[in-house]
Amino acid sequence: MLEIIDLHASIDNKVILNGINLKVNLGEVHAIMGPNGSGKSTLSNVIAGHDGYDIISGDIRFAGESVLDLPPEKRAHLGLFLSFQYPVEIPGVTVSNFIRTALNEIRSAKGQEPLGAPEMLKSMREKMKILEMDKGFLSRSLNDGFSGGEKKRNEIFQMAMLEPKMSILDETDSGLDIDALRIVANGVNSLRSKDNTFIVITHYQRLLDYIVPDFVHVLFNGKIVKSGDKELAIELENRGYDWIKKEQQ
Amino acid sequence: MKDRLSAFYWLNENKFAQASSEAITNQRRIAIEKFEEEGFPIQKNEEWKYTSLKKLFIPDYSFPSPFASINQKEHIDFQDIEEFLVNDIDCYRVVFINGRYSSWLSETTHSNYDICTLGSAWKKYPEVLESHFNNLTKKDGPMVQLNTALAWDGLYVNVPKNIMVDKPIQVLYFSTGRSPIFNQTRSLILLDDGASAEIIERHHSLSQTETWTNAVDEVKIGCNAKIHWVKLQHDSEKSALTQHSKINQEKDSKAIVHTISTGGKFLRNNLDFLLRGSGAEARMFGLSLGSDKQLIDHHTRVDHLAPNCISHEAYKGIFDDNSHGVFNGKIFVHLDAQKTQAYQQNNNLVLSEKATIDTKPQLEIFADDVKCSHGCTIGQLDEDALFYLRARGIPIKEAKALLMLAFANDAIADIQHPSLRAKLSELIGLNLGVDMSSAF
Repeated sequence: MLEIIDLHASIDNKVILNGINLKVNLGEVHAIMGPNGSGKSTLSNVIAGHDGYDIISGDIRFAGESVLDLPPEKRAHLGLFLSFQYPVEIPGVTVSNFIRTALNEIRSAKGQEPLGAPEMLKSMREKMKILEMDKGFLSRSLNDGFSGGEKKRNEIFQMAMLEPKMSILDETDSGLDIDALRIVANGVNSLRSKDNTFIVITHYQRLLDYIVPDFVHVLFNGKIVKSGDKELAIELENRGYDWIKKEQQ
Repeated sequence: MKDRLSAFYWLNENKFAQASSEAITNQRRIAIEKFEEEGFPIQKNEEWKYTSLKKLFIPDYSFPSPFASINQKEHIDFQDIEEFLVNDIDCYRVVFINGRYSSWLSETTHSNYDICTLGSAWKKYPEVLESHFNNLTKKDGPMVQLNTALAWDGLYVNVPKNIMVDKPIQVLYFSTGRSPIFNQTRSLILLDDGASAEIIERHHSLSQTETWTNAVDEVKIGCNAKIHWVKLQHDSEKSALTQHSKINQEKDSKAIVHTISTGGKFLRNNLDFLLRGSGAEARMFGLSLGSDKQLIDHHTRVDHLAPNCISHEAYKGIFDDNSHGVFNGKIFVHLDAQKTQAYQQNNNLVLSEKATIDTKPQLEIFADDVKCSHGCTIGQLDEDALFYLRARGIPIKEAKALLMLAFANDAIADIQHPSLRAKLSELIGLNLGVDMSSAF
């Protein structure tokens, strides 16, 4: 589904990604872990198409084609979804209008008819139930005054509505208490299928107790330096990142 | 132009004198003399520092005589103005064509209150006019003096004590004809203690050529009275409007003014509040959407003259192309105005490199126990927000439009009538290139 080939990227002439190689197939869940500043958020932004980064070399292929020249909206139309670490507050745009606009843009890009308001509302209500969200949520301004937990739930709610092929969860666990973490993880697990795939970016192993990955990668200095299964995450939790750093010196 | 206007006054003075009382004529004469002395404001005048009237002097205007009836060339029918009305709200309607009252397009009343025209009030209510006309505007600048001297007609509203006007008043000022014209319009709105009224005002030119309207409004609202005034400035691209509105408020009264400035070549607004009675509250909201070479200028002034008054001001602007925005918000908290609460905010988005905005908050506080805040921002669209929307599949053009609409819609949130709000929102959407049916 996603193939990253020897990707080098920089921001403001500072190289952040230093030769990333990663292959993710449908039905798989990959976790990317790493200490602060290792390039985790850069990687997710670059995959999603943020234009603040310069791609020095390498390629990102999604569903068989290079997406490097595609703007973020086109990548979303292909089925890519980024759950933001810091979802942006947009006063004046309601959650429901935002999701309706996004979903119908994606549908129209796929040549599908826009979804009518009643079907849309029905679908939204079903997904909100899974995420234990309040009905009043839909008419609130997007992320405006949301608590940390509400913001992250809103991200997963959007993911559930847009039904992407691949979702990148960028530190979705940060700022969540244990109950919110469980709700968010349940939401993700209910969406897992053989037809989609997830990349879970996290600092801590905690989230991976709930969303169990098939593969775990360690990102350090802009490079994947170690890959393994879920046991690797446990080892990182026990030993910290220092031994990885030492190994790299 | 100044000399022609002055000549126009002196040639018509006897007509003005015949149609109104001597006291009023004296006021007119003092005003024209002041105008003759000062002339049109120039940019050396601090009040006009960022706004030049020069270009407005180019067309060869005629000055419609208040005493001639509307001629064939100026005539318009209901179907010509239908699109400018808020039709789905039952309203009183007062319509003017080139500064003269058009009875066949209007729906006025004298039953529980007067909603009619100043032109008919001079003779009908001379005592009221003598005590209120030019009462608030004597010391104002030359544009106001010019209006005081020459203006004849406009909205007249007089609501007695504790009476609520049962439906909104739509007042429409149209300019028509084939040659450039310069209009003076004047309104007088009097709400006695406990009275309330709602006004929806619009100036619009139906002419293909340049028009300039110089409007002055005097509004006096008594204790506990309430006014809600929506000014829709969505005029044609060759029209100019200079407007000075003054609102005098007594104890515990409330005034809400929305100014939505989306069209017209040149818009200069002066909006002044005099908070004379304690507990008075003034709320003003503005939205300016500038494009092409438009100038949209807002000068506001609040005088806190009594304790415990509130003023709340939120103006927003989006400026594209070569447009120019001006904001000057003055708040004076006078010595006696303890416990004043004054809030002022001016936020702007500048979309093009050639668009400019001059913003100047101005607070002068002479009381010591007050709560005042002000702020202004000038920025571009938020890149993070744009990326967020695009990452959800919303194309860049729609994403920008959505963000602008969200920014702008805030300014009309306080408008009570859902259908008026929807109409304004649609207008704003059209201006920003958003198809409302899909976005909202």
